[in-house]
Amino acid sequence: MQPSDLPQAVSESGEPVSMDLKTQIAFRNFNFYYGKYHALKNIDLDIYHGQVTAFIGPSGCGKSTLLRTMNRMYDLYPEQHADGELLLDGKSILDKGTDINHLRARVGMVFQKPTPFPMSIYDNIAFGVKLQERMSSSAMDDRVEWALKKAALWDEVKGILKQSGMSLSGGQQQRLCIARGIAVKPEVLLLDEPTSALDPISTMRIEELISELKKDFTIVIVTHNMQQAARISDFTAYMYLGELIEFGVTDQLFIKPKKKATEDYITGRFG
Amino acid sequence: MNLRQQRKLVNRVALTLSLLAMSFGLFWLFWILLTTFDLGFASLSLKLFTQMTPAPGSEGGLLNAIVGSLLLVSLGTLLGTPIGIMAGIYLAEYGQHTWLGNVTSFINDIMLSAPSIIIGLFVYAIYVAQVGHFSGYSGVVAIAMLVIPVVVSATANMLKLVPDSLREAVFALGSPKWVVISKVTLRASLAGILTGVLLAVARVSGETAPLLFTALSNQFWTLDMNKPIANLPVTIFKFAMSPYSDWQEIAWGGVFLITMGVLSLNILARVLFRQKHRS
Amino acid sequence: MAASAITKRKRNLGDFVFSNLTRAFALVTLAMLGGIVVSLVIGSWPAIRRFGLGFLWSGEWNPPMEQFGALIPIYGTLVTSLIALVIAVPVSFGIALFLTELAPPWLKRPLGIAIELLAGIPSIVYGMWGLLVFAPVFSKYVQPLMADTLGRLPVFGELFSGAPLGIGILSAGIVLAIMTIPFIASVMRDVFDVTPAMLKESAYGVGATTWEVVWNVVLPYTKVGVIGGIMLGLGRALGETMAVTFLIGNMNFFNGVSLFLPGNSIASALANEFAEAESPIYTASLIELGLILFFITFIVLSLSKLLLSRLSRQEGSKT
Repeated sequence: MQPSDLPQAVSESGEPVSMDLKTQIAFRNFNFYYGKYHALKNIDLDIYHGQVTAFIGPSGCGKSTLLRTMNRMYDLYPEQHADGELLLDGKSILDKGTDINHLRARVGMVFQKPTPFPMSIYDNIAFGVKLQERMSSSAMDDRVEWALKKAALWDEVKGILKQSGMSLSGGQQQRLCIARGIAVKPEVLLLDEPTSALDPISTMRIEELISELKKDFTIVIVTHNMQQAARISDFTAYMYLGELIEFGVTDQLFIKPKKKATEDYITGRFG
Repeated sequence: MNLRQQRKLVNRVALTLSLLAMSFGLFWLFWILLTTFDLGFASLSLKLFTQMTPAPGSEGGLLNAIVGSLLLVSLGTLLGTPIGIMAGIYLAEYGQHTWLGNVTSFINDIMLSAPSIIIGLFVYAIYVAQVGHFSGYSGVVAIAMLVIPVVVSATANMLKLVPDSLREAVFALGSPKWVVISKVTLRASLAGILTGVLLAVARVSGETAPLLFTALSNQFWTLDMNKPIANLPVTIFKFAMSPYSDWQEIAWGGVFLITMGVLSLNILARVLFRQKHRS
Repeated sequence: MAASAITKRKRNLGDFVFSNLTRAFALVTLAMLGGIVVSLVIGSWPAIRRFGLGFLWSGEWNPPMEQFGALIPIYGTLVTSLIALVIAVPVSFGIALFLTELAPPWLKRPLGIAIELLAGIPSIVYGMWGLLVFAPVFSKYVQPLMADTLGRLPVFGELFSGAPLGIGILSAGIVLAIMTIPFIASVMRDVFDVTPAMLKESAYGVGATTWEVVWNVVLPYTKVGVIGGIMLGLGRALGETMAVTFLIGNMNFFNGVSLFLPGNSIASALANEFAEAESPIYTASLIELGLILFFITFIVLSLSKLLLSRLSRQEGSKT
């Protein structure tokens, strides 16, 4: 994949349509290792600002691994390391001098299973914010309300903010985690199979939420559900065995994939 | 100082303190082990193993105490282990959801950490006071009572680890429950149970309190378990708290022996367990 | 038909015998507990009858006059255990934090084993080492330093005053702390380890430092287990005999609040005096001390077990 191959959207008649795209995160020649195991191979990829990018592929293809590099979550595990280039807004985030805590406030993450902290709903949201800024309590109240509204959870919890976050239902907990992630006003939001542990109705609500959120945040979502990727993402990256096979505008990739491998996966010939 | 620097500082201080705590723990471990080996090794001599406990001022060793301890610990373990294994089998195979099973499991865990001096008092009350004299046998009973909870717990835990699919496979052959347990499940957990027994032995070898009111101690050689019998812990207790330096020297030798014994048993148990799990 | 009926009966007999045999042995365990309570009550009955409830707060311990009271041994037991906890809990927390978050993988096992070794050292070794190695150093270097610094504090200074004997309540408490650390640290480490990685990553994910993750997320999550572990350490400290006996000084009257003073704990009183107790009321009073100790430790250990099993049930239901 060459960075100059900016994906082109095509209109119904097949004419190329121009898109005003700005690269927010760039992978260049990026490799990742679990100990000796070469998990990600020569990734060249652009994540565009303000768009929803989906990573799809069969189990073990490396999509979650790739997602977790963008907030350097792998730092927690000494055997995991990366080389190559990984840029956020043009600056490398792989340097030794990178302030990882600050990075993680700019690049937020929501996980496969809801992970509410053992504290009140209010404190769950306020936790991350308090780490980044000193705020008066009324300003914090506003921020908590803003985050919960953006996550479409405010109406359901506004009366029970003092209750433990763990007392909510699964779908509510996941929206709480999303609210927690956006409360610090990140630039990018990473979602690692956010609906895989939820029932269909909660899944639908979160998918609606993602479409709303993309107005304010760049979103990258890993999903094993191709239909979900087709529904909500603007761009899709198909990965297989640690390599980026194809990347393009979602509609195009699903309707007319450029590579046969992609077509095989999408049509269900394997995986 | 802005917020970011403050948080970094707090983090660094906290992690430094935790490193200090770890060093604190290691410091005591090394100090205790080093002095024990140093002073204990210095007291090691052939006569420690060949002569009896002496009166203050005269030469002697720990022979009667060593033999006495070996007798007490081995007999106590022999008595306590079968009881422990059987009770452990009940907890894991029959009593999983019964009232008796739950209560016994609860009580057993408490007995694991209960003060051993109370056990000594109990055996005193039901045995020593009844027969009117201290004896090696009462010491054996006290030791057995300390062994039982450890073996119960090890047996129950090991049996619970055996997958149900193994049990079901044997049942499917038409085997009665007691055969399933004794011939298959128990055999599968044997290494783990043995490890538990070794750990129990390691633990009771150093126990003094339960022997204080049961086996007491004996300055002389005797193999008569119906009389007070010499043993390492109580002898060390007497000698170490005395003002006589030759007694204290002998006590260091005894402490060295006990520590070496306990550590070797622990290492042996660990090695055994790891071998079984590897295969 | 007949053949299988016979084998079925034999089979049932085998099962019947075996299941009841194991049940009987399980009952033995229960019987031990019941037996302990009953025999201690019977043994202490003369003292209970003579001194009644006042035994608990009487500070008299006068064998020749046959006047006994549990206050001083109870005081010694509680204070040494309290000192032990005050030292052991933060240290154990630090060790658990180190083992779970800081230590590089190759160091975790050896360090874990080192901590377990500390738990395996027999208490008589602690006692003898404490008396003959620790106490002289304590009395020569540490106690004078304490008297000069902590002893000058306004309210608490009294606690660190008096002659630097080396033995006494404080040194007994310190050695007890060292013995208790491995128990509390292991439980804390075990419960910290079962905190789901996803939960910790979520906290790291909003930019928290390691300390912030442990203090704000891991610790509240494992709260129940941590308290259970502390109570376990307390239960063991209360009943510890040999280490305390060597160091506490076996003094049965109250001379002041200073921790430098010698005293007595229930376990050390029993260890020191039981074999030589002459009169029946002396013996009965000592047994009553044992009964009191048993009740205290039983309650503490039960609480610990309840808390720890609540945590494992909570763990089970979360997945």
